[in-house]
Amino acid sequence: MDILPILSTLRRHKLTAWLLILEIALTCAIVCNAVFLIGQRLERMDMPSGVAEHELLQIQVADMVAPANPYARVAEDMAVLRQVPGVISVASSNQVPFGSSSSNSNIRLDPAQVRWTLSATTYFGENLPKTLGTRLVSGRDLESSDFVDVDVAMKALGTGDAKHLPSVILITQTLAERLWPGQNPLGHIIYLAPTVGLRVVGVLDSLVRPNAYDISKAQYTTIVPLRMGANKDQSYLIRCRPEDRAHVLDAALAALKKVDPQRVVTTRRSFDEVRRKFFQDDRAMAGMLVGVIAALLIVTALGIVGLASFWVAQRRRTIGVRRALGATRRNILNYFQTENFLLATIGIALGMALAYAINLFLMLHYELPRLPAIYFPVGAIALWLIGQLAVLGPALRAAAVPPVVATRSV
Amino acid sequence: MFSYYLELALRSLRRSPGLTLLMVLTIGFGVAASMTSWSVFRAVSGDPIPWKSSKLFVPQIDNWGPKGRSSDGEPPNAMDYADAIALMRDHRAKRQSAMYQISPSIVPAQADKHPFNVSGHVVYGEFFPMLDVPFKYGSGWSADDDTNRAMVAVISSKLNQKLFGGVSSVGKTVNIEGKDYRVVGVLDDWNPQPRFYDVVNTGGFSTTGDDVFLPFLTAIQEAMSNDGNTNCNEVPKESGFVGLQHSECVWVAYMAELDDVAAATAYRNYLNDYARAQQQAGRFGWAPNSRLRDLPAWLDSQHVVPSDTRVSLLVALGLLLVCLVNTVGLLLAKFLRRSGEIGVRRALGAPRAAIYSQFLTEAGIVGAAGGVLGLLLTVAGVASVGWVLPKDIAALARLDVSLLLLTMLVAVVATMLAGLYPTFRASRVQPAWQLKSN
Repeated sequence: MDILPILSTLRRHKLTAWLLILEIALTCAIVCNAVFLIGQRLERMDMPSGVAEHELLQIQVADMVAPANPYARVAEDMAVLRQVPGVISVASSNQVPFGSSSSNSNIRLDPAQVRWTLSATTYFGENLPKTLGTRLVSGRDLESSDFVDVDVAMKALGTGDAKHLPSVILITQTLAERLWPGQNPLGHIIYLAPTVGLRVVGVLDSLVRPNAYDISKAQYTTIVPLRMGANKDQSYLIRCRPEDRAHVLDAALAALKKVDPQRVVTTRRSFDEVRRKFFQDDRAMAGMLVGVIAALLIVTALGIVGLASFWVAQRRRTIGVRRALGATRRNILNYFQTENFLLATIGIALGMALAYAINLFLMLHYELPRLPAIYFPVGAIALWLIGQLAVLGPALRAAAVPPVVATRSV
Repeated sequence: MFSYYLELALRSLRRSPGLTLLMVLTIGFGVAASMTSWSVFRAVSGDPIPWKSSKLFVPQIDNWGPKGRSSDGEPPNAMDYADAIALMRDHRAKRQSAMYQISPSIVPAQADKHPFNVSGHVVYGEFFPMLDVPFKYGSGWSADDDTNRAMVAVISSKLNQKLFGGVSSVGKTVNIEGKDYRVVGVLDDWNPQPRFYDVVNTGGFSTTGDDVFLPFLTAIQEAMSNDGNTNCNEVPKESGFVGLQHSECVWVAYMAELDDVAAATAYRNYLNDYARAQQQAGRFGWAPNSRLRDLPAWLDSQHVVPSDTRVSLLVALGLLLVCLVNTVGLLLAKFLRRSGEIGVRRALGAPRAAIYSQFLTEAGIVGAAGGVLGLLLTVAGVASVGWVLPKDIAALARLDVSLLLLTMLVAVVATMLAGLYPTFRASRVQPAWQLKSN
């Protein structure tokens, strides 16, 4: 296919050709960025939690009448829950993975450090690793002798009495690698406050924090052996087989109500719901962007159809002459396809530059990361395809122009 | 003359139905997508109290010092208990209120009904007149009720409906967390979005409104714990709610009403003087770093409008731009195809202005048709927003007359703008050349 005649024709339709190029460039730039945004959301929604997600239930209750001994109440509740048929394991916890509301501590590696090293989340409560289903890669799990009541610990913190403070901590692999790269973390000390040094006794494979908004810090997680008293922020986590979840939840609620009929259930959900709720904004944004991309591609395709039809109608006589001089239908078809390919290529090249500029703008104003190069070919291929599909109809119509047109006067 | 152009335009559009349909479709799509995004954006970035927002201020006091500041030097976005109480005691603004979020349980009087949890805020009596809170029955409580720690409550009309069947409950009692409170007022429907009086705790948006309001000091006396966020730069020395009150942890929201610039300046000086006094007393080891923002600036600084919404508005505007470029191309194709007709009209004495009117009329009709299609698609779009957006935000996106008018206006104006260049080209057609070549 000879490109030169196409170029000389386009030179006579400079303006319409440039408009088409501009449209393709804009679409390409927007599609690249939008696909990138969608990809980011999907990647976030895929964030691993490190827990047995399909086997977990969360229950929160609020006691109308405060129990005389909140610690005894939790012990009683947990004993009752363990009796529920189908329950594999029960834990009490101050927070849940992907639960949004979180307790965090500023970690120091040296009590005299002015600025903290990083902020990690602190889970507390009994029986957590086993119930959550997070694997211990080295060291040991927390033992009941490690545990201290929260109130006792708080008081000890005030008086500076180290004997009544917890002394050990579990951390995730990611956190260990971040704090002591390449070293065995077991035995190292983490300071949650200048007077509170906790020895690392176990390393967890993976456990996501409740407020996992930043994927790079999502695994900065610790578990501290503090025993919780009954209060409305505390959760019971129940592990059971996935197919048992519905009836275990009902039975567990009934059992808790039996302990104190006056209590109000404030949260009852499976972990699947926790994850769905945590990522609902991301899902919404991705859905919206898919819609806009679809609309954009449709509009661009319609535009190409319109202009190509216009050109075909305008060049009917020329096409007739070419056919009369021996050009085959395929030649005519190829002519329009090549023309579209040329325009799309120029548009895509401009679009890439624009996509990069838009990405820079978004990076500056919305704290987005840099657009990876992989997204450029995605946009390019999409637009080449759309262009060829859109031009096919008008090109076929052009190919169908009979040679006899050349002999007719206008 | 206009009706003649209208007829000409309609005739010309009918002559190439395919091209016309394409133009109408693109404009409809573009306008609908940007209008739907706009309706969401408008809902979340709207001023919740436009008549008064410039008089409402949120003070911030730096009780954490340089170590606790974020990288941009901002002090904490809420107050600790001691500062909030001190500011309330000094009472330097026209009206002011410290507040925090609670989530108490209500015990219905009927024995067969179960207790349930509601959300609410504890505030000072001035909160209600300061924010022009509408009352259905009764009113807020007095300053004396505040200082006497009176057991009074203001409840929402929803809670009033649930507990008292909708009749005025003023003077009746309601059992909150096991204590009886006398209802002094029932709110009319009031659930401002964003929830501007306490964005720190609610994130700005919440579909369920506050159901109870209790006096601040009463709630403190009854040890009604904070249900909102608590941020600490160091672990409190004492445990429990009392420990929180003695700590430097921040958890109390604060709002003040200041009538004019002079009052705002005076209050700003007061905040700095207060911080300086704390510095002299040895509590703060740093120079005052106070802030006083009016409500719109405060909402902006707390990023109440989700950046997602902004990005999607940008994407939708990009779509509209592509549609316009597209329309320019199609109109150009359409108009230039009629060079012959234009040549004849010009040769017969039509001035350029006449050509302009004729073709802009045609563009306007395409725009209007695109607008009608855009309207339908916008209606569908707004209705399906709930499908993709979180419910609390989607519920805010509403259709109203102004949105519909704007859709129509954007469609027509955008198309006329897109038609300007093609019309200009059409009016430049050389009559002699056209006539000769045919």
